[in-house]
Amino acid sequence: MAYSGAVMDHFANPRNVGTIDDADGVGEVGNAKCGDIMKIYLKIDGNKIQDVKFNTFGCGAAIATSSMATELIKGKSVEDALNLTNKAVIEALDGLPPQKIHCSVLAEEAVKAAIADYYQKNGIAIPEDLKQCTSCCGDCTLH
Amino acid sequence: MRVYADNAATTAVSPTALEAMLPYLTEKYGNPSSVHSAGQEAAKGLDGARARIAGVLGAEAKEIYFTSGGTEADNWAIQIAMANGAKKNKRHIVSTAFEHHAVLHTLKKAEKNGAEVTLLDVHAEGVVRPEEVAAAIREDTALVTIMYANNEIGTLQPIAEIGKLCREKGVLFHTDAVQAAGHVPIDVVGQNIDMLSLAAHKFHGPKGIGLLYCRGKIPVPVFMEGGAQERGKRGGTENLPAIAGMAAALEEACQNMEIDNRRISRLRDKLIDAVSQIPHSRLNGDRQRRLPGIANFVFEGIEGEGLLLLLDMAGICASSGSACTSGSLDPSHVLLAIGLPHETAHGSLRLSLGAFNTEEEIDHIIKTLPPIVERLREMSPVWERIKKGA
Repeated sequence: MAYSGAVMDHFANPRNVGTIDDADGVGEVGNAKCGDIMKIYLKIDGNKIQDVKFNTFGCGAAIATSSMATELIKGKSVEDALNLTNKAVIEALDGLPPQKIHCSVLAEEAVKAAIADYYQKNGIAIPEDLKQCTSCCGDCTLH
Repeated sequence: MRVYADNAATTAVSPTALEAMLPYLTEKYGNPSSVHSAGQEAAKGLDGARARIAGVLGAEAKEIYFTSGGTEADNWAIQIAMANGAKKNKRHIVSTAFEHHAVLHTLKKAEKNGAEVTLLDVHAEGVVRPEEVAAAIREDTALVTIMYANNEIGTLQPIAEIGKLCREKGVLFHTDAVQAAGHVPIDVVGQNIDMLSLAAHKFHGPKGIGLLYCRGKIPVPVFMEGGAQERGKRGGTENLPAIAGMAAALEEACQNMEIDNRRISRLRDKLIDAVSQIPHSRLNGDRQRRLPGIANFVFEGIEGEGLLLLLDMAGICASSGSACTSGSLDPSHVLLAIGLPHETAHGSLRLSLGAFNTEEEIDHIIKTLPPIVERLREMSPVWERIKKGA
């Protein structure tokens, strides 16, 4: 297994690490038993993602995909962020080893979970496809 | 500075072993099965290597079967026990939960072929209890197979005691000594070992060569058809350069064992003392009953792969039992067997030292590791919860 230069860069110098105390939306996915947890904090103003931070427990790819996902949604509209796919994260990182694809799925889900939290806090109906998966990422064969 | 602290994965070939190999790659290239002088020269080298290895283990030359390594030897040993057991309708095997997969997966296969397997607990200290081995042995037990030392956490098993009780009960005893050979004294007669596996590359010999010791009285079914090599049990032209390298490496390791072990254990203990200072960390396995070179830790709140990558960037080669490094979803079966929860087992680090590690290198690890753990914890939501005491 070898990581691309982009993965190693985002792992070694992760962007947007940290927390936001007065976040408008916080999403956490994965669980420690599986070995991956991602937590994303959003600061949203006028439907725009003004700031985003993350904390991740996981492997190199988990940290790199979190970092890349936050970069890809920073400054975008909430709708654009909702359209972020794990494939876009993989492409931006110049690929991931097959056994690490689930990390990109977690990153996508973490963004969606944070937006779902934002919707809930603001009384906006949560779309059906934002429902969360609770098992170990990689258990299913959907991605 | 590059610090190689993964000697339990593999070791560098020692200059002595390399020197012993070279003639068999150059001028002494004959096939030991050939009648002519070139072949007989090679045959002499092969016989000599076998005799020297047997001498070191306390065995006889005819009890040594060369294999491609430890995995093959483990597979073969279990097959031998199954075949001999079947003649007497004995199909029960006793082993432990934290064996190498070369044993565990072979036992799984044996189960499909009618074997019944009892895997014993190794408890929090990572050591199997002889009285529990004794209690597990039944009328129909064909084999007890227990590793000499664990490859991940380094704990030594009470091999002599288990050997004695197996002999008294008339049950075959195999030990996977891949991690132990060349690092701790082995005496197959004194320890009542019926079968033993080892691999040269764990004690500064070459890769791709190992052996199975099988006590003379035990019938050995053919493992590989096609030739008279290895007393007709494993066909195929012998890998003589590697065999010569293994013999030289094993002799050298055993000659230097006392001095090397004193030095390596001291470095290991220095490492354990320093690393244990990191908050929410622990040493895995019994502190005393362990190989001189292996120390395995867990750091709560982080995952092992990131740790390995950052250590590698700082020039330190180590390994981890995290799921991410194995390509599976589950962390190391060894760490789960000593009772670590999944969450914690993901954050493991194995540092394994060898004859070539220096004090300066240990100091480099001691200086480099804590800030890396700290850095990963800083970005970990799990650590955030631990800090809050949740």
